[in-house]
Amino acid sequence: MKGSDAALGAAGCAVFVLLGEAVPRLGLVDEDHFPPADRIAGALGRELSDTAFWSALGDTLTGWALGLAIAVGAGVVAGVVISVVPYLREVTASTIEFLRPIPSVALIPLAVLLYGTELRSVLLLVVYAAFWQVLIQVLYGVRDVDPVAEEAARSYGLGAWARVRHVLWPTALPYVMTGVRLAAAVALILAVTAELVIGAPGLGARIAVAQTSQAVPEMYALIVVTGMLGLLINVGARAVERRALAWHQSVRGEVAV
Amino acid sequence: MGVPPGRVTSGAWGRALLRLVFVLALPAVLVAVWWAASAGSTNVYWPPLRTVFGVFPDVWTGARLRGDVLPSVLRLAAGYTTAAVAGVALGTVIGSWRRVRALCEPVLEFLRAVPPPVLVPVIMLFAGIGDTMKIAVIASGCVWPVLLNTVEGIRAVDPVLAETARSYGITGVARLRDVVLRSASPQIFAGLRQALSIGIILMVISEMFAASNGLGFTVVQFQRGFAIPDMWTGILLLGLLGFLLSVLFGLAERRVLGWYHGLRESGRRSP
Repeated sequence: MKGSDAALGAAGCAVFVLLGEAVPRLGLVDEDHFPPADRIAGALGRELSDTAFWSALGDTLTGWALGLAIAVGAGVVAGVVISVVPYLREVTASTIEFLRPIPSVALIPLAVLLYGTELRSVLLLVVYAAFWQVLIQVLYGVRDVDPVAEEAARSYGLGAWARVRHVLWPTALPYVMTGVRLAAAVALILAVTAELVIGAPGLGARIAVAQTSQAVPEMYALIVVTGMLGLLINVGARAVERRALAWHQSVRGEVAV
Repeated sequence: MGVPPGRVTSGAWGRALLRLVFVLALPAVLVAVWWAASAGSTNVYWPPLRTVFGVFPDVWTGARLRGDVLPSVLRLAAGYTTAAVAGVALGTVIGSWRRVRALCEPVLEFLRAVPPPVLVPVIMLFAGIGDTMKIAVIASGCVWPVLLNTVEGIRAVDPVLAETARSYGITGVARLRDVVLRSASPQIFAGLRQALSIGIILMVISEMFAASNGLGFTVVQFQRGFAIPDMWTGILLLGLLGFLLSVLFGLAERRVLGWYHGLRESGRRSP
């Protein structure tokens, strides 16, 4: 069953690439707008042998990783504090609900004014967007704590820190991991967007340059790279999630089936 | 906080008052802090909040609301609706047949992983810089979360439910509407919610690239012209718009998924 699914998936990919080759060759779309797959592959090869491409990739990954790390750290700390301190959750609920849907791209003009094309511009957008994903999941996760376990921990005389460490954290971890996975995807989107729009160095800026200089195959090649990067991040985040939650019912159940 | 515990208040009024304090206290404090901290600000980039509020009515006049905000919202609505319809339709097809799903899954995963804003330059090649381009950009970004969540939702339809429907002879459109789509609807709505925030992002981005009107365009114009208080009003307005749309979505979701939330509530009460 598994093997035939993989074969079908591979066939689907092959059909996708063949369509990418055939549609422009047959003249169904303009070759200037959508070059055949082999020309995109050629452009991709040229990119891969260019050191400037690798430094752009490094810049994008730096912005992504730093932003994600800051957002996850801040989201977890804020989420735990809000959940543990009495009344804080009720007081902050309306503010969180208000700030969360604000699109982070609204901050682009501010980022440009404050930091120009520096890394800090990218970080401002990435952290703002990814922070909420983590925070909300932490809040949900902590709400899920079993009141009996909490009471038991209390009656055994565990202090606040020990309760966070042994009761709250293991319950919230699956939610936190979901939040990190969502935040990782959002952080990549915002990192590339910031580079594309603001011009901070990275893959996004390279796409913008390719577009303005009419280097259409290169532009598609770079877009394929960002897609691959997104795919790798998704797969990687899932792997980390499985490893961190190897003890948890949801993952153990998944393996058994 | 507001009412000491244990004290007898006049019942519902007391609770409502307490809730109001909880809802309003922190926003009021934050605005007050911003107001006070920026009051004497001479930094060009952080104008006093008083100035920002002062220019707000001058900047967002009726003409500008009609000329910039309305087109933005209409494009968002057009792109989002297109994506929702296409996503649910394609997702239903892909989710209903196991082989089709296996065939499409890797390609779909790849297409979803592409950060949507990088499609702006591509779609500009095909559709120029008009409204079509912006609607296409919004639709192409919003469609993935809807599509993939629909596939997941359809896959997870309770087999007992599906069998029961079959044995009662519920087939065709009725089966699709009342059994399949209904039981997938919580998942579909999760996808629609993700799509909404992507849609707003893409609305702003597509207008920042090439446009002659729209919220994104106007905010960038203010920034380039160093009209800083005006730019701040634009940022605040974008924030308000995001908040408003999210509230509207919440209301729609509660209406459509009322049965589902009710089910979960009762499940929680009697485990």
